[in-house]
Amino acid sequence: MIWQVEFIILFLVIICGIAALWVKDLLSAAILFGAYSFMMCILWAVMGAVDVAFTEASVGAGVSTIFFVAAVFRTSRRTKD
Amino acid sequence: MDDMIAIILSKYNYWTVITLMMIGLYAMIVKNNLIKKIIGMNIFQTSIILFYVSMGMKKDATIPILEHHPGMQEHVYHAADYINPLPHVLMLTAIVVSVATLGVALSLALKVYDQYGTLEEDEINAKIRKASVKS
Repeated sequence: MIWQVEFIILFLVIICGIAALWVKDLLSAAILFGAYSFMMCILWAVMGAVDVAFTEASVGAGVSTIFFVAAVFRTSRRTKD
Repeated sequence: MDDMIAIILSKYNYWTVITLMMIGLYAMIVKNNLIKKIIGMNIFQTSIILFYVSMGMKKDATIPILEHHPGMQEHVYHAADYINPLPHVLMLTAIVVSVATLGVALSLALKVYDQYGTLEEDEINAKIRKASVKS
């Protein structure tokens, strides 16, 4: 565990999480949520939880993003907040 | 006093967990769009998973895979050399459960959109109120 790497990734996780909730376009929010999940996966690989990391990479960053994109395509893309 | 600041700063993982949890709770309560609420719920879930993985972390420990040395018949394992794998296994289940809840939540949001034609919570509430006044 290298604490500098972990620190940078923790910072990026918070930034991606806030950005995913801040953008007004729902498709961008879905893609930013995918980036958040992938940062989380890298964080777990750094922290030594490799099994959790590759489950999150396939399930969290892959399937969740596809679910969100499919749901946004079938509903509206715009939002007020 | 310096000792206390050092202890507080060394727990930066847990401060991140608290920050992410509060971001998710804020999104679930304040945000008006249903998709944004679901994103907030997912951020909350990943913060809890991060909390559990942080609990299993040890200093100067390696990943929980046993090392085999060729030519050695007997192995002596020190548990302090390996990261605790029990929280990892629990959180593996939690990730799968989080994807299942995400699928159910998004399908419910699609049903709401089919019924009311919008995903904004205040517009849905206004339409429900109008329908109940009419009937």
